[in-house]
Amino acid sequence: LVSTEEDKYGLYSNLLFKYFLAEGIVCGHELFVASAKEHPDNILKELPAPLLDDTHGKELGDEAAAVKSEDFQDSMKIAWRYQNLPKVEASPTTYTKFGHYYDISKKMPPELLKSIKWHSFYLHEELSSQPEMKACNMNSAYMKLLQSLQRIISQGGFDGSDPQKKPKNVLRIGIQSLGSLLWGDDICCSETPEDAHSLTKFLYVLRGLLRKSLSACIITVPAHLIQNKAIMERVTNLSDMVVGLESFIGSERETNPLYKDYHGLVHVRQIPRLNSLICDVSDTKDLAFRLKRKLFTIERLHLPPDLSDGVSRASKQELAGSAKLLSSGCGAMAIGKKHLDF
Amino acid sequence: QGKFTLLRDTRTDGSFLVHHFLSFYLRAGCKVCFVALLQSFSHYSIVAQKLGVNLTAAKERGQLVFLEGLKSCLDLLFGEVEEQPGQPSPLRFLSESTSDLRALFDFVRVSLTPTDSDSWKGPVLLVDDLTVLLSLGATPVAVLDFIHYCRVSVCSQLKGNIVVLVHSSEDLEDEENELVVNSLCHHSDLILWAEGLATGFCKDVHGQMKIIKRVSLQQVGEQDLVQVYQYKIQDRNVTFFARGLSAAVL
Repeated sequence: LVSTEEDKYGLYSNLLFKYFLAEGIVCGHELFVASAKEHPDNILKELPAPLLDDTHGKELGDEAAAVKSEDFQDSMKIAWRYQNLPKVEASPTTYTKFGHYYDISKKMPPELLKSIKWHSFYLHEELSSQPEMKACNMNSAYMKLLQSLQRIISQGGFDGSDPQKKPKNVLRIGIQSLGSLLWGDDICCSETPEDAHSLTKFLYVLRGLLRKSLSACIITVPAHLIQNKAIMERVTNLSDMVVGLESFIGSERETNPLYKDYHGLVHVRQIPRLNSLICDVSDTKDLAFRLKRKLFTIERLHLPPDLSDGVSRASKQELAGSAKLLSSGCGAMAIGKKHLDF
Repeated sequence: QGKFTLLRDTRTDGSFLVHHFLSFYLRAGCKVCFVALLQSFSHYSIVAQKLGVNLTAAKERGQLVFLEGLKSCLDLLFGEVEEQPGQPSPLRFLSESTSDLRALFDFVRVSLTPTDSDSWKGPVLLVDDLTVLLSLGATPVAVLDFIHYCRVSVCSQLKGNIVVLVHSSEDLEDEENELVVNSLCHHSDLILWAEGLATGFCKDVHGQMKIIKRVSLQQVGEQDLVQVYQYKIQDRNVTFFARGLSAAVL
């Protein structure tokens, strides 16, 4: 269960959401899209087109060649301690082909959409049928969603309940803006909401459904709107992976020269620790994202060298804990959109 | 015998301790009732295999009673089979208006009460993790009552041990959570507190562990014994070392 904490205006988390769904289409998985905000048909029409040929690979290849031609063979004299660190690659010419790449300036061709089976759940169009679930003090919108999901899972054979069903496929579930007012939940409105447990109960049942079936799910949550921080902690506890997106729009960091190359920060708050004692922790936790015309990339946060004569930068105190003040050699490692393929 | 151990984690994941205790008690030949609320059976099974214990076999020979919370919840909410009157679902509080955890306690008591054919050494109750019950709508009082009943039954009457994992955070935002955790701390015989490092993330040291032996509970006027170690988790075990003496530094 991947939870994404939405950035303030929902622009970037929406993008991640669409990437997840687009990857599902390209891999031939089935999709289940639920939203109370936009009609899922519209969401699906807006998915980015996959780059199925190698033109993209070539572009990156050219950039990389240019960078590598710089001479890094000199042994370092002053920063000799860093000699032993592996070189950070400028861009992934040797990237492992993990997932696919997408061009966000183009839309997914409709033939591709038709090639897979997808289900949608648009809250405002759902018939107000009597829920077949036993009552459990949960918000009725969430209950309808769970019911619909459970029905699709058992009918589609994703939980292995019917051995005669067709060969196993993965169900990719995307749920937008859980916890927002549109789902009938008031946790975004007040600090002491009437029903503080609906969302967490929903997540628990969702987790159960996911564990029981061949599915992967991404949800986006407007964390900045939820007044009661305790709820966000519980949501984090109940999810496998939590990623927070903080965009710079409208905040003071937009004009901060440190961040001029980026559009926002990525906070990886939790990584899944499934089936093992340890988890795969990456070397760095400072990641930032930027939205280029065709590509959304997530990179290591790389600060330009502090060439000013002034004593300190504006927000050095803020960054002291998190940023790497010395970048090791060359530029940031640009990972193309990395997808976790379950 | 009759000890209550509290596993607590802050800013990090303390579930490696649960895996350790599970395999430890199973290898010691105790009868274990494991209330697993957060993960599926296969997750624990795979990790236990790495630690050298086979959970499926333990379940089959009756040494392990496993309550898979996620599955139980789904059966309760979506199941078409009517519950048998003698065996209500342990997670009944989810669908009923009663907010007490009596059904869960009954499940624990029944699983750990020794039958005539049992030859296991002392019973053990293991819970992972207790704070999820709060997310599911149980009140803190109900959770504390449940633990109290379990202590009376498992620790005092059956002379067994209880090990419970709780999450806590440093922000103190979640008052209900803090209430439960603080109350449990006061009543525990041993507290193992896994914390993420205060200085942030580090690749070689995953966290710090405080071991608090509550000697003050047994002898008036004695101070609790506190020991602090740092640890690193590997694939099959966890290495502990004194603060600042991680292998990466030496």
